[in-house]
Parts: sequence; structure tokens; C-alpha cells
Amino acid sequence: MNTEAILLSLRLALTVSALLLVFSLPMAYWLTFTKWRGKFLLESIVALPLVLPPTVLGFYALIAMGPRGALGRFWQAMFGHPLAFTFAGLVIASLFYSLPFAVQPLVASFESLDRRLLDASAVLGASRIRSFVRIILPLAWPGVITALVLSFAHTLGEFGVVLMVGGNLPGITRTISIDIYDRTQALDYAGAHQTALLLLLVSFVILSIVYGINRRVWSPWPHR
Amino acid sequence: MVAMAAPLESTTLSVDIRKRFPAFELQVRHEFPAGFTVVFGASGAGKSTLLDCIAGLLKPDHGKMALGNETFFDAQHNLCLSPQKRHIGYVFQSLALFPHLSVEENIGFGLAQQSDGDRRQKIIQALKGFHIEALDNRKPPELSGGEKQRVALARSLVTQPQVLLLDEPLTGLDAGLRQSILQDLREWNAARRIPILYVTHNRDEVDAVGENLITLEHGKLGRIGLPHVVLNAPQTVGLAQAAGFENLLPGRVVERREADGVMRVVLQGGAELEIPLGATSTGDQIMVAIRAGDILLATEHPHGLSARNVLEGAVESLETRGAMIALKVKAGVVFEVHVTLGAARALQLTAGSPVWLVVKTYSCHLLRGNTEN
Repeated sequence: MNTEAILLSLRLALTVSALLLVFSLPMAYWLTFTKWRGKFLLESIVALPLVLPPTVLGFYALIAMGPRGALGRFWQAMFGHPLAFTFAGLVIASLFYSLPFAVQPLVASFESLDRRLLDASAVLGASRIRSFVRIILPLAWPGVITALVLSFAHTLGEFGVVLMVGGNLPGITRTISIDIYDRTQALDYAGAHQTALLLLLVSFVILSIVYGINRRVWSPWPHR
Repeated sequence: MVAMAAPLESTTLSVDIRKRFPAFELQVRHEFPAGFTVVFGASGAGKSTLLDCIAGLLKPDHGKMALGNETFFDAQHNLCLSPQKRHIGYVFQSLALFPHLSVEENIGFGLAQQSDGDRRQKIIQALKGFHIEALDNRKPPELSGGEKQRVALARSLVTQPQVLLLDEPLTGLDAGLRQSILQDLREWNAARRIPILYVTHNRDEVDAVGENLITLEHGKLGRIGLPHVVLNAPQTVGLAQAAGFENLLPGRVVERREADGVMRVVLQGGAELEIPLGATSTGDQIMVAIRAGDILLATEHPHGLSARNVLEGAVESLETRGAMIALKVKAGVVFEVHVTLGAARALQLTAGSPVWLVVKTYSCHLLRGNTEN
């Protein structure tokens, strides 16, 4: 088993899911409560990674991060080294790739809240931030947990984006799924199997936790 | 009761707003004085919408709103205070207690700006004032309906609001509990003198509150006055239904006797009624509203009565409702008539019994809006 690859994948998944939560909370709040008619545009952008082949996403991420891309040039100017084929580049691409898995459960749980509770909070003088912290978050916590866990699991197993943006650098960008691919190519089926089975079990356990916590929140299965 | 500082000068809430919705337009112009004003109307009449506009949860399209000198809303000057700044107490129909917070935390929620000591003291006063001291650590899902209503009232009143909006706050409570909560509210308001808008579509609650009343129909303000005056003589179909008039009968004016102040109406099915003279012409299609309890029943043809309307018919069905019996009587059209259990026994009423209906002229109310229903 390639411990280095496993640790790298864990580090990537933890970083991405934590960062995603920070970005997704305000984004989901806005998507839930805005009255702007064009919000479907943002909804579509957020949902794109659900339908796009990861290679497409990875391809454009690579272009943007490359020496001629805006992001790549900005990064080079700020930090003095290129962004593509680095851990940071991997994190940025993964943020987009796993975005819907964080935003959608949050939106679903915010939307299921009784709006009158927020009205009551406002009438009682609470600012939007206080309402968010004291009312929305505590009542939407299953959605928050689901968002965290799903984006963690999704990032843990990504392949196409990593391959496009990260390449295959041991300890930097060689994640579990790349490792499995490499070993299979090298006909090391036993090694591939060990890692693949681990990923399978971890993903299963994570999903079981999510669905065990709350069936009402976002799930590909019909509501019961 | 919740002990308060020196009484404030009483202020008037003046509302003059319009707001368009796809289905109807809210249009209200009224000065709400300190004390209770019952806002009465059927569901869907715009009562909650009016309260939401006053609370700042909805923004009207046009008009102005002010409490004394403080402007809440002015469309011309593009001014609309946020709900947080209006300092209004609003008890929602659903109560909207925070389910994850204890009773004490719910009541203290609006006191975030105050010091811990002040907050603690006010919460204790509010708990006592509404007789819910024993519930302080419970959460809303563990409370009974009446307890929830007390907590919701306490949560709104503890912030010492300048206006109190109550959206059917006591619906579903028995009369005794309702009176006791209303008494607490009256005592609280005696020291404060703020405008209290009490929204309901329940006749019993109107009688229990018993002060000024305005009616709202399809978003428009209707009559204003004392509850029994307004609701005992409704002028529109919607209001008559909401006020509990069981008989709403379509008919046609056949003769106006200006000298006697009455007119004759032929109902669908042929029965004829004499009703008070109204602003209609001969030949007009109209609606007549009659309370089921205002109709007398006789098992023989009555003689020598002052009542002008005596209709022959037969009992179709009887239904016991608590301490009274609701009868359907076919006399051309079907009338609903309410009699006491004792009266029904004495008259030996059963389905098929021949009866005569006796209705005083002034128990018949001419309604506007005859095209509805």
C-alpha cells in the first residue's frame, strides 16, 4: 500500500472540504435567500461538475493555471513559482470539482428551514449574522455535516482533474486514485487492489455516516 | 404582570399602504390607536400580509407608515426601516418559537443588547408574568399548545415593543385559557398603552377581545367599529361567511315599499322574504344573510306574530352539535336553523316533520357582492 499517496489524498481532501465549507456557507445562503431572478445561472455553474467529465474541468483548470493563464500568471507574480503541478493547484481545481457536493446539501437544508423562524429572529432585533449563527446553523447542522463529508469523500476519490492539473509527482500530486491507476498499468494488481479496497471501504463508511445522520438532506435517493 | 417602567405616552400607528400581488391588492388606510384593534376577515383576506408590512418583513409598493413621529416606511422618500429597527412585537400564527432553544433562551433572544443581569431579571419577570416559570429549561417541542402561546407572547413582550402584532395567537385554546391569557395581555397593556393589532377570523375571539374592529376583505379595508355592531350586520358575502352567518341565500328584489322601509325578495326556489330596504332596485339579484340562530321554528302555522316572514317547510336532517341541534329545513331553499336540545325535544322534531320558519325582517341582512359564490 502506498502510504505516501494515502496521506496526500487525506491532506488534499481535508484541505478542500474545510475550505469549501468556508466558501459554500455564504454561497448557499445567498442562493437560498436571494430574490434575484438570474440566480439559476449561478446554480448551473455550481452544478456543472456533476455533469462535466473531470477531464474537461481539469483541462480548463490547467489552461488557467498555466504560465499563460490569468491565474497562473497571478500565482507566479505573488509566490514566485508556477501553480500547475503543485499541491496548491490541486486544491484550487478540486474546490471547483467538489463545489456542488458542498453547496447543494447546504442549500437543501437552508431551504427546509421555516422562514417564519428567520422573520421572528429579525423582528426580535437580530442582525442577519446573528440569525445565521444562532438560528440557521444550529437548525441546518445535518446539512453542514453532509456538505463536509460529501466534499471530503468526493475529493478523496477524484482522478481526472488531478491527472490533468497535478500530473503524477510522488508526495505532491500522486493521490490514491492516481496510484491505483499507475499500479494497474504496471500490472501490480495486488498493490492496486489493496489501495482500491481501502478507498472503497472508506467511501462506504463515509456515505453510511451521512445517510445515517439524516436522510432528509441532499441524497440521490428518493425521500422516504 | 411584567412590571414596567413609567407608562409611555400613547402613540398611534398610522398606516396608509398599497401592495400588489398577482392574486389581489392590499390597500389599507387606518390609524391604529393605543389598545386592541381586532383585524377581522376570512383566510386569504390579507390579514397576515398587512402585519408583515407593518413589521417590515414585506415592503409595500406605495404609501406611508409611521408610529407617532417615527416613520417606518415612506415610498416617496424611498425609506423603509428594517424589521430590526422597528421595535415591534409580532406573535406569528405558527408562533415560530426557536425549536432548538429552551424557553428561557427563546424569551431572552430579543434582549441580546442588554447586560446579563438585566436580561436575566427581565426573563424572570416575563416567565412569572405569563405563569410559565416551571418551563424555563424545556424546549418548544415539549410544550403544550397553550404553553407555547404563552412563551411566544412572553418572547415578544419582554422586548417592550412599541407595537404588538398578534396573528391568531390564541386560536385553538379553550375559552377559559383564552380569557386568562387575554387578561394578562390587558394588564400588561394598561401600563404601556401601545397599539395592539389582533388578527383573527374566529368570532369567539372577537367577542373575547371586544374592542375596536376593522374588517379586511380581498385586501381592502371594510367596516370599522365595535365588533358586535360590525359583525351583526355584515354587508358583504365574504364578511357574512367569516362572521358565521350560516344562511346566505341568493334572491331577487320584487318590490320596494319605501314607506314601510322594507322590500320583498323572492329566493331561488320560490320562498318570499321581507327584508329591510337597501340600496337596490326592483329586479336586482341580491344575497340575503340570516343567522341560523335567528330563525324560529314552529310545528303549527303560527298566528298573530309581529314577525313578517313565515315560511312553510319540512325538516330534512338533524345534527347534534354540542348543546344545540343544527337542522336543515327545506322551504323552497334549504335553511340552516339552530335550536336548543330542549326545544328540539319539546317539538319532537325528526326528519320529515312539517315546520314553519319564522324570521324577523331585521334578522335578514342584504349583502353586497351578490355575484360571488
